Amino acid sequence: MIEVQEAVIRRGSFELHASLSVPAGAICAVIGPSGSGKSTLLEAMAGFIPMASGSMRIAGTEISALTPSDRPLTLLFQNNNLFPHLSVEQNAGLGLRPALSLSVDEKRAVADVLSEVGLGDLGARLPAELSGGQRQRAALARALLRDRPVLLLDEPFAALGPALRDEMLGLIDRLVLRREMAVLMITHAPEEARAVAGLTAVCAHGRIDGAHETSKVFANPTPELSAYLG
Amino acid sequence: MTPPLPLRVTLGGTIALALIRALTLGALAVVGLRGGEAGGLTTPDLRALTFTLKQAFLSAALSVLLAIPLARALARRRFFGRDLLTSLLGAPFLLPVIVAILGVIAVWGRSGWIADAMAVTGLGRLNVYGMPGVLIAHVFFNLPLAARLILQGFSELPPERWRVAAQLGIEGSALFRLVEWPAIRASAPGAFALVFLVCATSFAVALALGGGPRATTLELAIFEAASYDFDLGRAALLAGVQFAVCAIAALLAFAAQAPVASSPGALTQIERWDGRSFRARAGDGAVIGAVCLFLGAPMLAVVLRGIAGLDDLGPQVWAAAGRSMIVAAAAVILTLALSTGLAALIVALQTRGSRTAARLADLAGLLPIAASPFVIGIAFVIILRPVTDPFALALPLTAIVNAAMATPFALRILIPAIRIAHDDHGRLADSLGLTGWTRLRVLYWPRVRQPMGFAAGLSGALAIGDLGVIALFSTPDSPTLPLLMHLLATSRQVDAAHGAALVLIALSFGVFWFFDWLGRRS
Repeated sequence: MIEVQEAVIRRGSFELHASLSVPAGAICAVIGPSGSGKSTLLEAMAGFIPMASGSMRIAGTEISALTPSDRPLTLLFQNNNLFPHLSVEQNAGLGLRPALSLSVDEKRAVADVLSEVGLGDLGARLPAELSGGQRQRAALARALLRDRPVLLLDEPFAALGPALRDEMLGLIDRLVLRREMAVLMITHAPEEARAVAGLTAVCAHGRIDGAHETSKVFANPTPELSAYLG
Repeated sequence: MTPPLPLRVTLGGTIALALIRALTLGALAVVGLRGGEAGGLTTPDLRALTFTLKQAFLSAALSVLLAIPLARALARRRFFGRDLLTSLLGAPFLLPVIVAILGVIAVWGRSGWIADAMAVTGLGRLNVYGMPGVLIAHVFFNLPLAARLILQGFSELPPERWRVAAQLGIEGSALFRLVEWPAIRASAPGAFALVFLVCATSFAVALALGGGPRATTLELAIFEAASYDFDLGRAALLAGVQFAVCAIAALLAFAAQAPVASSPGALTQIERWDGRSFRARAGDGAVIGAVCLFLGAPMLAVVLRGIAGLDDLGPQVWAAAGRSMIVAAAAVILTLALSTGLAALIVALQTRGSRTAARLADLAGLLPIAASPFVIGIAFVIILRPVTDPFALALPLTAIVNAAMATPFALRILIPAIRIAHDDHGRLADSLGLTGWTRLRVLYWPRVRQPMGFAAGLSGALAIGDLGVIALFSTPDSPTLPLLMHLLATSRQVDAAHGAALVLIALSFGVFWFFDWLGRRS
């Protein structure tokens, strides 16, 4: 589903070289120290930073020339995913229509997805009235409504406590795989990778060299990964 | 148990507070007591009040309404010179009012560029004097300020918000409603209140472009009562009315958390992905172009005529320039002393939980915005006359008044800087036992020197260009440069006046850059 081949992304004096591929229905963890370029990869895939050379394909289509809204993916940020003056329903509804005028069927679809992520009776609330975990659930609901084949997670659960984080990861696991989406998930925590990600890509010194089976990655860590894990 | 305030903070802050109160409320009381019974407000007084409110409201409304499309266009366009342009939007604040008026007259006046063009096309000549002229001059000064405040509001939005919008394909009017409008709604009321406040005490603009019974501001009426009629009771009464108007506006500005001065330099460019359509680009281009013309043409006129007038400059101009420099230097030192003392006290009170005391001290720091420089000047005349000739002290008094007037702006710049230094590393300094001189040098000085340089530059430029209280003393044998320029312009030595204007621009920007550079220098 995701195929990144020898992508080179420059940001100031920093340069990231990345190659990896993730099939549909798989979760791939991207692990590595801060500043190694994990977010840079996701931002380039989402169209927020240009790619200097190489290729990025989703379901066989080259995406590097598309505008952010035309790319077949959704990127969830660590925070500020919601518009603060719109209700949860409206925020989620933006995934169907950016102009916010929903038909009866579309409203029903929004309600269905909200109850799927566990926000069934909170649709009328404003983001400020929700907990951090509930806000990320609302953002996830919008990503599901957008119905794009790829989901990119830029540590959206990093600010949550361990129990809540496990719960959110479980939710991602269930919902996303049911929809056969491919997921790239940035993480600092090896146990997160082990818990839900079948694949793991190590990002170090501005390089990502492929996604490999998680159990093998941790059984035989590269020198960079052992240095990071300590 | 919070430790007591250090003695030097209490002492310095209390002295600064007492001086500011004496210069504002005290001066009003002195003039009021000496003036005696003033009677009620006369019809001309009421007319001045109405005109003041009306022009201040319209100036603020026009400035903010025009600033919205400008800020929007500048926020989403990236072009060569954009950073320079947003920096230059801070420039009119430093521009001597009287110079800008010359420029506005050169473009919009009876024989100005626009009037000439209209005469050629048979539309007749535009009469700029009165309300239109006052509004044009006020928008010239305050549109850039309002635009910068709104741009600041945009740049304070979390960057993810633009990215989420870009990903969801939200553009145009939907983006305006969802992202831009909430930011504007947060920043525009403060900008409106600030512009209203600045325009409500307008003097030089009303003197040069308004005038006549129909277009007189309260400040101009105070000046006329004090200098032509020497009717102190009436001056005090009008000053009291102006105080009330400004106090209400200042409270509103305070409630809207108006920043009072915009931060220096280019604002961070937000990354955006909307507005790529031809229509959006053409619209933004037209807005930016129109504003460049509106702001640039008067400046160009002043510079062009100024270069031609440089030959007409006599030694009197250089003598006046020297006097202005001395006044500005004294005003800068006084401003820094007053505002640093008061800012340190306010932050100390804030961080010790005495929030009411901190707010009161903060409000007292805003008093000079509402005060009339003429009332301060007259109070000095009343007090000093039994002892000495106050008119011989015109220059020191001008420096004192200018320092008081610049203090609110300096405070807005210094308080956040001291506060951030305290919040970030105050506890670390406490735990290391840093006190006294070492604490000042290690904790505060590195964080405060740059804003202090900026505040010094701002107050220096304001003092150099000010045509306010000096007009009251109006000693033609030893004028400051703005006063000399005004005298030249009104005695029909227009070329020399334009030459002097160019010197004045160079001085006020030079002084600003010098102090700002001092603060930034490593």
